[in-house]
Amino acid sequence: MGQHVTAQGTPDYYIPQPKPWPIIGSVGLFCMALGAVCIFNETGPGWPLLSAGVMIILYMLFRWFGDVIAESEGNLYSKRVDLSFRWSMSWFIFSEVMFFAAFFGALFWARVISVPDLSNLTHNEYMWPGFTAAWPSAGPGFTEKFSPMGAWGLPALNTFLLLSSGVTITVAHWALKVEKRGLLNSFMFLTVLLGAIFLVCQVIEYGHGYSDLNLKLSTGVYGSTFYMLTGFHGFHVTLGAIMLSVILARCLKGHFKPDHHFAFEAVAWYWHFVDVVWLGLFIFVYWL
Amino acid sequence: MSAVLDPHGHAHDHDDHHHTPTGLMRWITTTNHKDIGSMYLWFSFVMFMVGGAMAMVIRAELFQPGLQLVNPDFFNSMTTMHGLIMVFGAIMPAFVGFANWLIPIQIGAADMAFARMNNWSFWILPFAGSLLIMSFFMPGGAPGVGWTMYAPLTSQMGIGMDLTIFAVHLLGMSSIMGSINIVTTILNMRAPGMTLMKMPLFCWTWLITGYLLIASMPVLAGAVTMTLTDRHFGTSFFNAAGGGDPVLYQHIFWFFGHPEVYIIILPAFGVISQIIPAFSRKPLFGYASMVYATASIAILSFIVWAHHMYTTGMPVAGQLFFMFATTLIAVPTAAKIFNWLATMWRGSLSFETPMLFALGFLFLFTMGGFSGLVLSLAAVDIQLHDTYYVVAHFHYVMVAGALFTAFAGVYFWFPKWTGRMYDETLGKWHFWLSMIFFNITFFVQHFSGLAGMPRRIPDYPLMFETWNKISSIGSFGFGLSQLLFLYIILKALRSGEKAPALPWEGADSLEWTHLPTPAPYHSFETPPVIK
Amino acid sequence: MLNSRSFVACAFEQRAGQQRTKKEVMVFERVSMQRTSIIKLARIALMALAAFTLAGAAQALEWNLREPATKIGADIHTIHEYVMILIVVIFVGVFGVMFYSVFAHRKSKGAKAANFHENTTVEIIWTVIPLLLLIVIVWPATKLVIAQKDTTNSELTIKVTGHQWKWGYDYVKGEGEGISFVSQLKTPHAQIEGTESKGENYLLEVDNEMVVPIGKKVRILTTAADVIHSWWIPAFGAKQDAMPGFIRDTHFTANKLGVYRGQCVELCGKNHGFMPIVVRVVSAEDYTKWVASQKNPGAVSDAAGPAADASTVVAAAPAPAAASAAKTYTPAELKTMGEKIYTANCIGCHQATGKGMPPAFPALSGSKVVNGDKNVQIALVLNGKQGTAMAAFGKQLNDTELASVLTYTRNSWGNNAGVVQPADVAALRK
Ligand code: HEA
Ligand code: HEA
Ligand code: HEC
Ligand code: CUA
Ligand SMILES: [Cu+2]
Repeated sequence: MGQHVTAQGTPDYYIPQPKPWPIIGSVGLFCMALGAVCIFNETGPGWPLLSAGVMIILYMLFRWFGDVIAESEGNLYSKRVDLSFRWSMSWFIFSEVMFFAAFFGALFWARVISVPDLSNLTHNEYMWPGFTAAWPSAGPGFTEKFSPMGAWGLPALNTFLLLSSGVTITVAHWALKVEKRGLLNSFMFLTVLLGAIFLVCQVIEYGHGYSDLNLKLSTGVYGSTFYMLTGFHGFHVTLGAIMLSVILARCLKGHFKPDHHFAFEAVAWYWHFVDVVWLGLFIFVYWL
Repeated sequence: MSAVLDPHGHAHDHDDHHHTPTGLMRWITTTNHKDIGSMYLWFSFVMFMVGGAMAMVIRAELFQPGLQLVNPDFFNSMTTMHGLIMVFGAIMPAFVGFANWLIPIQIGAADMAFARMNNWSFWILPFAGSLLIMSFFMPGGAPGVGWTMYAPLTSQMGIGMDLTIFAVHLLGMSSIMGSINIVTTILNMRAPGMTLMKMPLFCWTWLITGYLLIASMPVLAGAVTMTLTDRHFGTSFFNAAGGGDPVLYQHIFWFFGHPEVYIIILPAFGVISQIIPAFSRKPLFGYASMVYATASIAILSFIVWAHHMYTTGMPVAGQLFFMFATTLIAVPTAAKIFNWLATMWRGSLSFETPMLFALGFLFLFTMGGFSGLVLSLAAVDIQLHDTYYVVAHFHYVMVAGALFTAFAGVYFWFPKWTGRMYDETLGKWHFWLSMIFFNITFFVQHFSGLAGMPRRIPDYPLMFETWNKISSIGSFGFGLSQLLFLYIILKALRSGEKAPALPWEGADSLEWTHLPTPAPYHSFETPPVIK
Repeated sequence: MLNSRSFVACAFEQRAGQQRTKKEVMVFERVSMQRTSIIKLARIALMALAAFTLAGAAQALEWNLREPATKIGADIHTIHEYVMILIVVIFVGVFGVMFYSVFAHRKSKGAKAANFHENTTVEIIWTVIPLLLLIVIVWPATKLVIAQKDTTNSELTIKVTGHQWKWGYDYVKGEGEGISFVSQLKTPHAQIEGTESKGENYLLEVDNEMVVPIGKKVRILTTAADVIHSWWIPAFGAKQDAMPGFIRDTHFTANKLGVYRGQCVELCGKNHGFMPIVVRVVSAEDYTKWVASQKNPGAVSDAAGPAADASTVVAAAPAPAAASAAKTYTPAELKTMGEKIYTANCIGCHQATGKGMPPAFPALSGSKVVNGDKNVQIALVLNGKQGTAMAAFGKQLNDTELASVLTYTRNSWGNNAGVVQPADVAALRK
């Protein structure tokens, strides 16, 4: 055995067994990448490859997390392992923040630097006669008419939905800590529901953009930043909602203890992160 | 002394009913940091060969003016893939390999914090590498855009560009997972008594590098994602007609790219900080100041990125800010160089191969640092930007800096890893040949650069002929010398002498003092106690 | 030309001021005297190498910044020299210490290791000194940066547009306003491929040179039509990237007559290495004459005469086609030739599949232009389309080549629009 075992019978630090999940995951990623490349270039068996990749990844995640859950429920994780999970989840979320930072950077660059530059005197004289800067802008070469997405309709409702879901998950967390399982389950359910409604609203909003506002991904830099930022955010909400659902299912199964429920907390952190990003979006993409 | 306790510990694997896979499956599924470290190192070496072969094509084409061997498109693909493969495939994995092998045994941990995810970090790499290589076989070939992948040239490339973009995504995932693992291991897995300020410097440099990676790789992912959507979905991030800006790409790229060059060099600094004291038989002069210097370099590295963009037409204030910030980096770097010198001062020096490579590093890296300083002066960089002077600069810091250090590290820890010694005479040959041919290859590039030879060209005006000839010949010599390295390693693996328990008199970190040689497959399952 | 011996000597002499390491390398080599065998061998190898390579050198070595022709260029020179001297001094100092250690404190000489470490005073000193040195280095550079960026009060403004792979020049303000021409590589393909010996200005010669008067501040506006290029004349110390869709600027005031040559220095695709820049600096009077000749092409120009030069070159360009243009080819012949030309010239944008990369590059498969009137298509490919990446291929390809590539596009990927013969193309050439 060779593993140092603490007084409670938990190994000091559990080192997991060899499993094929990582290599399977890599194959899945590879298929997804190839599939996407084929689709973008309209050659080869794009969709089959992409779907195969997604299936492989889902299978891998299911089995891998299954092992992790079993190990966790089997009391293999000491306090120290728990702490490792905490560190890693924090840094993972930080890396996500930096990913969004790139896109926010693009938005600020367009608003503060490139669009004003394109409309300055020199550019008016030699490059883009008559172009005047005003945000939102789809750039000097864009000729169609479009309307920007307003802030105070669906987006404001969405802000409200996400903020409330932040509250409900906090209530659920509190319920978990004081062993009120009924309250926990219902508030977890509520959180998932709020997330789902948010996504539905976003789909409606996109439909509105495409069909009524003539606001598309290809509507210059405004359309690009709008859809890419909100789109990646929506994608993260989707992931978060799936994670929440898994946690909900585990709550229903009676998993987690008041003092040992890192999976729950990790997902809650993630959900709060998604929430904060949304606030940034609401302010800089919709409102100002 | 856990080493003494160990023999019983590692005879069987835990949970015997799970029986440990053997053969190929052992390597594919392993969660052992030593296995994974070895795989990283071998992968890195293979990629080094591939990237090196591409450099040979470049140098062969540039041997004389005119187009001889390859057409310009293929030449551009070679430059691009050489840069990408060397940076992401050879140097970074090499140091992650060192991290895997060494961090647990230097801080007294049983393994990495996330042993299974560690396996995934590695196994993403061969797939990402395949994507890069596959791009050569697509219509239009591998992208010819430079490793910096500047928009909007990327929009003109074929399928290979998309493969490259996804390869970068995968490489980024691997690096982020790898560095989260390293950071967590260092923060949470240290043996009792191993305070942060007692860790070997190699661990410190990796702790800081880990943060650089976590903060910068996602930004690169963002940049290439925008490239992808500009190519296929009509977005206008980098298109002026839509209100975007090609310069935006460069800002995002270099916000990643400059920290990236310190990601490459900081772990190398760590390795050097282990080797020089060992062969000077004297403790490192200023441990604490080395830690602070490393941290300062890392912090500064996030505010200097636009020194790669002096010619894009920044306002004066921008030029000056980035110039001042960049030159500042010389100060903590100076502190490091002086520290190493002070460590050697009045030591008892011996010059085995690891030390030779470390001294080679010290000497040549400083030269590269100086040419960096010349480039950092915006006024002068206007003249030197995108010329071979820059190529000379970064090969001095990356080849003589990072690559030489990787060699030094392999020679240094080889006995600990394998229990065998390499052939010292051949090791010295490897050093001297590398040292001489390296300088023949790259020193002259300062001259062609000053005289005005642009980078990334397959053919050049006649006045650059001599320098290019010398450089090409040097590079063939340098390449062949690396075959000697392969031979030395294989020979040592097969028939190297048995290594003594402490092959280097002055080595005093945990892996030397608390573990037998070679290090057992499972070490420190019971943490040692550090006084 | 120098013979290789005297050449080596003189190159080393010249380097003394600039080059910092020859000496150190030597010292370093001496470090390991006991390994003399290696060193000896290496020395011999080095010498053999030098002899071999220098024997092949066709031209005098350029090893330093090009001789400046503007004040800014000269200032760059000065700063570079000044910084180099400082650096060499620091380098010698720092590595003096290292080599002293390497010699004096080696174990084989019985050196016993001391055990000192941590000394705050020393560490503060070696932090502050570099800091001071940096201030000394950065100071002149700061002044120069400000001068470089000052593009006000120019007397002549020229807009330079980078195209794949040629430069467009528009004189937009000052004497010569309205002049506009395209400038591209003049070096014949045969020289590049090595079937003809290379001329003196190999890869640095263009059909139409940019002409400017001496002593006048010239503001250069750069922009690009497709991807980023970068306009650079080393002797002027002026380099500015050309960003598609944006205008950037730089400036120079030439203070010496002569012809100055540079190259595009931002990777811009296949022929990045083949888009040189040539500026001819002439006296004010000659400039006026040149302007007149440009405005009125009929007038004979006795000035530097690049215009006259240029027109002959342009006229000459399609000449190689003349012989074969009369010939009529079978569709199959045209198609096979065309595929090669397509792969060499068009594939980067329109792709092997003919699907292009919309929206940047349109598909040729199913294209109205390709399947429509052949004269429209011929004209488009001959002259390109202004403001897009679609370049004018009239000067790069001869009639037969154009006819075959057009035939290829008209009969591939499901297109079926008939044959173009060299004569059709010839008829549309202006
Ligand atoms: C390992 C990688 C590495 C490292 C460590 C560095 C280190 C430095 N680099 Fe380099 N650099 C690259 C990799 C690296 N670089 C690459 C890959 C590119 C090109 C990318 C591309 O375009 O493809 C590049 C390009 C590059 C440029 C852009 C050039 C151009 O394209 O026009 C600049 C400009 O400022 C620069 C500056 C510097 C500086 C100031 C340092 C400093 O950190 C150096 C500090 C060190 C010293 C100064 C020496 C030691 C100090 C002393 C002995 C003390 C005394 C000294 C003084 C007081 C002066 N680098
Ligand atoms: C750490 C990274 C790294 C490393 C190790 C190297 C190693 C080498 N590099 Fe470089 N290089 C880059 C990073 C690196 N490079 C980057 C980032 C660029 C910029 C790309 C861009 O512009 O986008 C670049 C660009 C670059 C150029 C400029 C290309 C251009 O602008 O067009 C050149 C030209 O000489 C060059 C040469 C070399 C050589 C000769 C080596 C040698 O050290 C390689 C030696 C190794 C081998 C040769 C392999 C091992 C041996 C064999 C496989 C046996 C066979 C050998 C023979 C037949 C002789 N590299
Ligand atoms: C550098 C990129 C590039 C290269 C190389 C190039 N093209 Fe084009 N081509 C374009 C672009 C961009 C357009 C679209 C112009 C426009 O907006 O109308 C175009 C348009 C065309 C069209 C009109 C298609 C349509 O449906 O409007 C034809 C025909 C064509 N190109 C043929 C060629 C041929 C033949 C070659 C090679 C000899 C070639 N092109 C090389 C970029 C390129
Ligand atoms: Cu134009 Cu490079
Ligand atoms: Cu940098």
